[in-house]
Amino acid sequence: MDLRIFQLLALGSLVTWGVLGLDLEIVPLHGLAIVTSAVATEALGRRWRGEPFDASSPIVTALSLTMLLRVAHPGLAAGAAVLAIGSKFLLRAGGGHFFNPANFGIVVLLLASEGAWVSAGQWGHAVLLGLAMAGAGQFVIHRAARSDVTWAFLLTWAGLLFGRALWLGDPWAIPWHQLQNGALLIFAFFMISDPRTTPRARPARVAFALVVAGLGFALVYGAYLPNGMLYALFAAAPLVPLLDRWLPGPVFHWAPTKEVADHAPHPGPLAAHSVGLAAPR
Amino acid sequence: MRRIPVPWLPILWVSLLLADTAAAFCGFYVAKADTQLWNEASQVVLVRDGDRTVLTMVNDFKGDPTEFALVVPVPTFLEREQIHVGDMAVIDHLDAYTAPRLVEYFDEDPCRRVDYELGVPSANMMAAAPSGGARAKSLGVTIEASYTVGEYDILILSAKESAGLETWLLENGYKLPEGAGPVLGSYLKQGMRFFVAKVNLEEQAKSGFQNLRPLQIAFESKKFMLPIRLGTVNAKGAQELFVYTLTRTGRVETTNYRTVRLPTGMDLPVATKERFGEFYKAMFGEQARRENDEAVFLEYAWDMNWCDPCAADPLSPKELRKLGVFWVDDPTAGAPGPGPGIVAPSPRRRPGPGQARDVFVTRLHVRYDRDHFPEDLRFQETGDRTNFQGRYVLRHPWKGSTQCKQADTYRAGLPGRFEKEAQTLANLTGWAIDEIRGWTGGSKPAEVSEPQPWWKRLWPEG
Repeated sequence: MDLRIFQLLALGSLVTWGVLGLDLEIVPLHGLAIVTSAVATEALGRRWRGEPFDASSPIVTALSLTMLLRVAHPGLAAGAAVLAIGSKFLLRAGGGHFFNPANFGIVVLLLASEGAWVSAGQWGHAVLLGLAMAGAGQFVIHRAARSDVTWAFLLTWAGLLFGRALWLGDPWAIPWHQLQNGALLIFAFFMISDPRTTPRARPARVAFALVVAGLGFALVYGAYLPNGMLYALFAAAPLVPLLDRWLPGPVFHWAPTKEVADHAPHPGPLAAHSVGLAAPR
Repeated sequence: MRRIPVPWLPILWVSLLLADTAAAFCGFYVAKADTQLWNEASQVVLVRDGDRTVLTMVNDFKGDPTEFALVVPVPTFLEREQIHVGDMAVIDHLDAYTAPRLVEYFDEDPCRRVDYELGVPSANMMAAAPSGGARAKSLGVTIEASYTVGEYDILILSAKESAGLETWLLENGYKLPEGAGPVLGSYLKQGMRFFVAKVNLEEQAKSGFQNLRPLQIAFESKKFMLPIRLGTVNAKGAQELFVYTLTRTGRVETTNYRTVRLPTGMDLPVATKERFGEFYKAMFGEQARRENDEAVFLEYAWDMNWCDPCAADPLSPKELRKLGVFWVDDPTAGAPGPGPGIVAPSPRRRPGPGQARDVFVTRLHVRYDRDHFPEDLRFQETGDRTNFQGRYVLRHPWKGSTQCKQADTYRAGLPGRFEKEAQTLANLTGWAIDEIRGWTGGSKPAEVSEPQPWWKRLWPEG
C-alpha cells in the first residue's frame, strides 16, 4: 500500500478543518483549478518520461498549494499547479527533482505576480496541537523517514526565536506566539519534510534544515519578509543534489518496499489517530 | 538634522505638568491621573506602497493640552519635512466612508410586489472611538532632532540602552507605566527610535484649533507593522484600535494574527435601527470572544472609486493626498473648478470614466490587550480586491390593508420572519432573545400571533 494515502488523509483533513473550522478563504474554484491542473500536468509529464501515472503525488502537491497559496484569479491557481508539477519533470539533477513542487509553485508565483499571497496568520494560533499530531502521525507511518528534517528545522527556528527574545528582553509569550504560526508549522510538517527533495543522508538533512531555518529566520525577522521560510527552502533546494553527491544515502521511494514494510509500526491505528485529531471540530 | 544644545529647557517646563500615563495604541498618552482621561480607542491610517509609508495617528485627547504627550517607536530618523499635522475632517470622512452600515428595505404591497432600496449611512457610529542635553548624553540618550510642527513640539530620540532612556523620560516628567523599560529596550535593540510629541501652547493658540490635530509621519521602511506593545504595558483592560490602510494592490491583513471578516449581510429586526451603535458594539464584542480575543477584524475592504451602498462618498483625490496617498495626483491643485469635497452621500456610487484612483482601502478593527496580543501587529498587502463591507439589513413589513391571497400568505409568514431576525440578532450579539422579542417599536408586526400549525397553510383553498 502506498504510504502517501496517509499523507493525503492528513492534508485533506487539514484543508477540511481550515474551511469548516477556520473559515479560511479557500475558493472552491481555485482548489479545483489547482487539483485538475496538477493532475493533468503530472499525466503529461509521466507520459513524456514514459512512466506509469499515479494521481496521489500531484494531489498531495495540490493540497499543499491549496492550504498555503491564495490568489486573485483561478488562472493563477492553475499556473501555480502547472509550475509546481512541471518543475518535477524539468528541473532535475542526480536522477531526481530537487525543488519541493509546491514550494516551487508558490515562490515563483509570489515573485512573479501581485495577485498571489500566502495568508500566514489565517490559521490562527490554536493549530499547534492539531498540526503537530497530524505531522507526527505521518512520521510514525513513514517510519520517521524524514522527521529529522522537521525537528531540526523547528528546533533551530525555536532556538532563534527564543534567543532573539532573550536578546531583546522580550517576554516568552512573544517567541511562543511566533512559533505557533500556522503557515510555519504547515511548512515544517508538510513541505520541508518531503522525502524526495531532502538530502538522502541524515547529517546532510540536518545541515540542510539548519540552512533553511537560518536563512528563513533572517528573511522574516531581518528583512521583514512574511513567509521567509518559503523563500529559504527555494534558495536552498539546489544544495540537495550537491549534498547527495557529497554524502550519499538510500533513495527514498513512496511505494512500499520490503524495508519500509518491515519497519512500519502498525500504520492503521496511528493513521486513524492523526486524522482524527486533524478533523474539523 | 539639528542637534540640541544642553540643557533643553522646554522639557523641564513640561516636566512640571506631565504626570501620569494613559496607554494608547503605539505609544502612550500622558495625562494627569485625576483627569480620568482615557483613550478608549485610537485610529491609525497607514498609507503604503513598496517600502514607502505614511502613518497618521489620531488621538481623541480632550483634556488640557499641556497634559498631552505621545511616545511612539519609529523605524527611521525623521527629517522635519517627514512630519506633518493632518486634517481631522479627512479622517472623519474616511471613518464614515468605511463604517458598517444599515440598509433598509420596505416591503411592497404583497399584491403588487416591487422592491427598492434605501441606504442609511451609519456615519461615524463609533464616534466616541476616534480617537536636557548633557544629562541626556550622560544617560546615553541622544536627542537626534527637535522640531515644532503645527501645535506640536517633537523630539526624535535614540538611546544606547533602555534604562537610560527610561530615566531620561522619567526625569523629564514622562511618568512611564511600570514595565515599560523592557519594551523600550526591545525597540531600541531593533534599531528603532522614539518619536516624542507634546503640545506647544503658543503654536496651538496661533493655529486656532481647539482639538489636537492628527500627527503624520512619512518614512521608508521594510517594516509594515504597528507597534502596540507600549500601549499594553499598563493596560487597564482591552483597547480599541482602528487601522485604515490605503494601498495600491489589494486588501491588507495581519500576518501574525488571524484577520477575520465580521459577519455581514444579515436581516435584523427593524428595531435595531434605533440601537445600531449598541448593536454594533455588542456584535463586535461577541465575535471577538468567539475568536478567543485573538483576532483582527475586517470591517471594510473596497476600491476607493466607489461604494454601494455609500455610508459617505469616496474620498476625493485631494483628501487622499492629505492622508499621504503619494501616488495619487490632486487634479484640483492649480486648476480652477469645482473641487471635490464632502457632500451628502449618494445612495451608491459607481466609478465614472477617468476616475480611477488606484487606491484600495481596508478597515481593520482590533480589540487588544497584552495577554492576547503579545507582539506588535505585522501586516502584508494581498492581491485580493474582493469588496467587503459590514452591512446589516432591515426589512420593513408592508402595513397596508390590501386583501388578496398573496397578502394572507405574506402576513402569515411575518411572525416567522420576525422570529428569525430576532434569533439572528441574539446570535450575533449574545443578547437575550426574550428582550429582543420585546422590542416592537417602529415595526409593530401585523399581530404577532401564536404560530400557526404547519398544516394550516398546506391546502390554503380549504
